[in-house]
Amino acid sequence: MIRRRAFLSWLPLALASPRLLAAETRVRFGMTPAFLHDQHGLLADWRQYMEKRIGRRVEFVQRDSYRETMDLLRLEKIDFAWICDYPYVHLRKVVRLLAVPIYGGKPHYQAYLIVPASDVHTAELRQLKGRVFAYADPYSNTGYLAPRFQLKQQAEDPAQFFGKTFFTYSHRKLIDAVASGLAHGASVDSYVWDTLNRLKPEVTRRTRIVERSPAYGFPPLVAHRSVGQPLFLEMQQMLLSMKNDPEGQALLARLNLDGFGIEQDALYDPVAEMMRAFGEV
Amino acid sequence: MMRAIFNLSFRYKMPLWGSFLIVTTAIIISATLLFRAYADLKVDLLRNAASQGNTLAISLFKALLHDDVWRAYEIITAPFHGATPEFPVQAETLLVVNRTRHVYVSTRPEEIPMLTPLARIAPDYALLEASWNLRDGHTRVIEPEGAGRIFVVTPIVEESAEVGTLIQVFSKSVLIPRFLESADRAAMMAGLVLTILLPINWYWGRRTAEPLATVADSMESLARGEPQPLPAHVYAYHDEVGRLFESYNRTAEQLRAKASLEQEVLRSERLAAIGRLAAGIAHEVNNPLAGMLTAIDTLKQRADLDPKVLKTVGLVERGLNQIADAVRALLVEAKVQSRSLAPEDVSDVQTLLHAQIARKGLVFEWRVNMASQVSLPASLFRQVLINLVLNAIQAAPEGGHAGVVVSVFPDRLTLDVRNEGPPLSDELLQHLFEPFMTTRESGHGLGLWVTYQIVRQLGGHIRAENEDAAVRFFVQLPLENAA
Repeated sequence: MIRRRAFLSWLPLALASPRLLAAETRVRFGMTPAFLHDQHGLLADWRQYMEKRIGRRVEFVQRDSYRETMDLLRLEKIDFAWICDYPYVHLRKVVRLLAVPIYGGKPHYQAYLIVPASDVHTAELRQLKGRVFAYADPYSNTGYLAPRFQLKQQAEDPAQFFGKTFFTYSHRKLIDAVASGLAHGASVDSYVWDTLNRLKPEVTRRTRIVERSPAYGFPPLVAHRSVGQPLFLEMQQMLLSMKNDPEGQALLARLNLDGFGIEQDALYDPVAEMMRAFGEV
Repeated sequence: MMRAIFNLSFRYKMPLWGSFLIVTTAIIISATLLFRAYADLKVDLLRNAASQGNTLAISLFKALLHDDVWRAYEIITAPFHGATPEFPVQAETLLVVNRTRHVYVSTRPEEIPMLTPLARIAPDYALLEASWNLRDGHTRVIEPEGAGRIFVVTPIVEESAEVGTLIQVFSKSVLIPRFLESADRAAMMAGLVLTILLPINWYWGRRTAEPLATVADSMESLARGEPQPLPAHVYAYHDEVGRLFESYNRTAEQLRAKASLEQEVLRSERLAAIGRLAAGIAHEVNNPLAGMLTAIDTLKQRADLDPKVLKTVGLVERGLNQIADAVRALLVEAKVQSRSLAPEDVSDVQTLLHAQIARKGLVFEWRVNMASQVSLPASLFRQVLINLVLNAIQAAPEGGHAGVVVSVFPDRLTLDVRNEGPPLSDELLQHLFEPFMTTRESGHGLGLWVTYQIVRQLGGHIRAENEDAAVRFFVQLPLENAA
């Protein structure tokens, strides 16, 4: 289904004139269904900010699953994207690191293992054996790869361990699934959980954090390798300097980020290691 | 108890019975309407639920086919945002079960978690499972016996590929608040109708019962022998009750006439007996009296009588004469040959009594309807007229009203004498015409006795009665030439 939907969604783009797509004046920026996905007002403001700074038209392209954004990158339908660390490792050959968000002073985030607040017993992932477990997206690190890797480390078969699993295709909805009791547990992006905790504590209050994973490299902003160096640098500079002007600071505050930085590719090696455990790299 | 109710007066029984009927009718109609409203409510609910079920099932098909739990959850929770005017009754729960009837997803995951076998959710659900019967792909309402819930079950099917079943669960109690709402309205309407009808019923019941009760009371007075006529205004209609009134009044009138006739007969018999007694005594007295008076007369013819003796004889003679006068007065002799009564006779009496009337300052009205001679003995009639008018003058208060009406008809003459004096007591009326009956210090009380005797001897009637503020003597004398 995902594949078909993805195909249908880029079909109109593919049919459009190649001349238009290649127009240098326009920058296409892909957004994965991270926490920002539902905050259309914030995205619109950020887009305007970018346009003002780089003097080009910026187009945000949103898709409902990570996979769709990945496809758009592979097919060179977008120039830049904010993607999860796990897809980044997948797409290392196609994209290069543009900037990494700084969160809590570090370019890191974690996975939180959450359970419904009514569940006062569960103390670790292993105790959820046979229960209903919700995943975020098949290409999410904290919402899919990390918990499965953890099980594998404990010599469990992630495919058999839970009684039932399902995907919500968004961390925000993952929290809802656990809060409502539909899922007995989920591994959620710490950045999403913390931000929601700030904005809507009545939702996060209905969940309880059981485990915190080691730190992973924060989902990066990437550029397609086909993007020319001047535009790449222009974009990078724009992101890095956001923290230096009031408008950028206001946007960062709404994004719940400290700013953007340049990090080494090695930041994402732990993800590659986990992928290796599943034979993916 | 029942007997006590049936013994109640119609005054209460009729309105009570009417009220009972009205209240019963109101209750039955309200209950019927309510029952109907409840049924309609349920039909509405289930129709809405079925239509919602069909809509949801279409979206759910894809979610189930792709095992997209979260999407299925979003679909079934979407309609769960409180009651709307189009869908006033909310389902308690929506849940989707898979083909093996395990919970795929439910709107209340905490109580009804995924993978729970349908029958293990709650006893009601076990009953649902037991009565599971979905042969075709249509929405079905399952209301298991003994369950507190109604299930609207929609198969999630596309082109005969069934992937699961949507179950909308309604608590039977969700209908109750809505039902109470209609019940409130019905009660208000019933109350309104009752507040209008009950007073009307009470008024009509009383109106119908009142005359009946009056007749019943009057019938009792009839049995006691004191028939009282019913006032005409109590019931002026000619239905059964009206006829009862009329026939009662007729009977009462007849009984009264009979009773008064009996009294009249008694009185005249008594008077006749007195008359006979008086006549007998008079005869017994008269013979020796005549002898004694003759003897005294003879004695007085003698010249050698001592003046003392003469004085004594005179004394005896005067006494005997007084006895003779009294006896003569008692012994009314009507068989006196007299000329016929003429209008002048009445005028004479008028003239004769004028002074007395004037002395008392009375307003005395004479109405004489007599054109010519009438075949009645003039002297006797004059005596009757004088007696009655004198009586009226004496009875009337100073400056009061009195009057006499003399009317001549072909077959009779009537004499009607009234005065404004105090009414006569019943006791007095009983013995009015007996000799020596008088209410006054003066007078010997023979006036009415004599009048009565004359009237009777002339073949007529006399009666006295209290009428309004007057006392009335009414005399009727038959005229010979009428025959």
